[in-house]
Amino acid sequence: MNGKRFSISIPWVLVHLLLIAVSIVVIVPLLYLVISAFKTEQGFLEHTFIPIGEGALGIDWSQLTIRQFGRLFESEIGIGRALVNSVFLSATTAVLATFICALAGYASAALEFKGKRAFEWLVLAALIIPPPLLIAPSYQWLHTLGLLDSYTGLILPAVAPAFGVFLFRQATLQSVPKSILEAARIDGLGEFGIFLVIALPMLRPMVGAFLIITFLAMWNNFIGPQIVLQSAEKQPLSVVIYQTQTAYYSDYGLLMAGTLVSILPVAALFLFLQRDFIAGLSSGAVKG
Amino acid sequence: MTKDTKVAPYLFLAPFLVLFLVFTLVPLFQSVPLATQHTFGPDASIDVGMEKFSRAFGDPRFWTALRNTLVFTAGSVLIQLPVALALALVLNRKHILGRGVFRLLFFSPQLVGLVFVAVLAMVMFQKQKGLVNSILAGGADLIRGLPVIGGWLPSKSEILGIPWLETLAMPALIITALWMYAGFNMIYFLAALQNVPKELEEAAMIDGAGPIRRFFAVTLPSIKPVAIFVVLLSVIGSIQVFELAYIMLPEGMGLQDSGLTLVTYLFKNGFEIGDLGYATAIGWLIAALLSVAAITQRILNRSEVRL
Repeated sequence: MNGKRFSISIPWVLVHLLLIAVSIVVIVPLLYLVISAFKTEQGFLEHTFIPIGEGALGIDWSQLTIRQFGRLFESEIGIGRALVNSVFLSATTAVLATFICALAGYASAALEFKGKRAFEWLVLAALIIPPPLLIAPSYQWLHTLGLLDSYTGLILPAVAPAFGVFLFRQATLQSVPKSILEAARIDGLGEFGIFLVIALPMLRPMVGAFLIITFLAMWNNFIGPQIVLQSAEKQPLSVVIYQTQTAYYSDYGLLMAGTLVSILPVAALFLFLQRDFIAGLSSGAVKG
Repeated sequence: MTKDTKVAPYLFLAPFLVLFLVFTLVPLFQSVPLATQHTFGPDASIDVGMEKFSRAFGDPRFWTALRNTLVFTAGSVLIQLPVALALALVLNRKHILGRGVFRLLFFSPQLVGLVFVAVLAMVMFQKQKGLVNSILAGGADLIRGLPVIGGWLPSKSEILGIPWLETLAMPALIITALWMYAGFNMIYFLAALQNVPKELEEAAMIDGAGPIRRFFAVTLPSIKPVAIFVVLLSVIGSIQVFELAYIMLPEGMGLQDSGLTLVTYLFKNGFEIGDLGYATAIGWLIAALLSVAAITQRILNRSEVRL
């Protein structure tokens, strides 16, 4: 109020103490995950958190190990294969879903055609279909189509989410001026060329956000692979970690190492692209 | 060129429409007959009419699942969203040091992903060696010396033996969801707070309104559209809670169904017992519950606007 940037007062100190307390609550489980992934069985039994001891920095280094990671890759758990499966499934789904939704969303916002109202209505109606209702009939239908235990059966149902079309429709209305499209048309550019060269770059923030949303959705998808896939070697990380938990119930070090391996690629990707993601998320929220 | 302009829109919509038709609409329409069938594997079935629905209404486990799901939803709306809003209000103030760091930090549990949060929570909520009980026992030891409270405290071995995953499944699930989603919902509220008119806040301040008055008279009405949207998303998401409970709890539901949720019950019936008809009937009941939530929210929204 008096022009000073920070006026240090008792409420100011209390608010910061509160924020630090919340931060500790948020961080401790994450630290616990990382530390546990590096502990020996002995270390797990003797120490709840950091193995305190006589070594450097007050840590008993003999209780820490990277052996759990070796076990993950060597044993029948086969986390290396699961990692490859997850990357393949998530990347394919993200690229296809973003392309398909951007095409449809752009068309419904920027192009004129017969049945436009009906299409908009269809997209809005599709938003309220509850996913749990489709679980059992989808399984039966994929069985009929012969798509069970195939990546096709897992990917194709995931690449046409109606909310993606809705998001790209809103983004197009907001950031792609029709006059520019008209000018490109007069210059003789085809419709697909206009979409690819003119509209898509203007939709970049939404493309970035939607790539992350769909990538994460498939990376964390559990019920889909659990139902559709049957062969062990096709399973992604989510199911493999769950199976490890069931098979090696009290092997906590191994479990935590597997969890760490599963979340690191995603965390890295997110930190790399977080600006786009938060921007996309916020713009969606304000509109809603 | 004109021909291209005429055909192009349909070509652009085609991939979405075809996939949506085949993988969403067909299962949606199949969910009607499937709910009236008893299946023997995915191929063979007999027609049983409305039996699956009447069975649900007389099934005590269905009611337990419904109750647990509603408890979880209430926990999300009544505990998690106020926490998210409070964090957003604090981080929205200009004189907070390291706002960006706190914002990213509070959001970070979201990066772990639902399945992996569930595995982590399963380990942390263990009896004896779990971190949660160890911290509680350590905290209790610190205040054991105090008069009155010290006498009320349970013993160390009792605290270490708190059976979160077995019988206290609902509190454990609500705490885990709080940890994971509070920072995520905070982002929505932070975005909404950018729309609070500065002049209005200043005018209220000049008129001598205290911070609590200002919150209810200025801030809350300005963020109401987003707040309602976040409540609805939270309710819809909570009613469909599955992975967290299924992965975290023993047998996917805790002892005596203490953490059995509606979608878990659907999944167990459909894919462990193989009764796709009953699973679909439960799916329809979940759909009905979701519609009730959406309609209630609409009515509340409208009646409040009139006030």
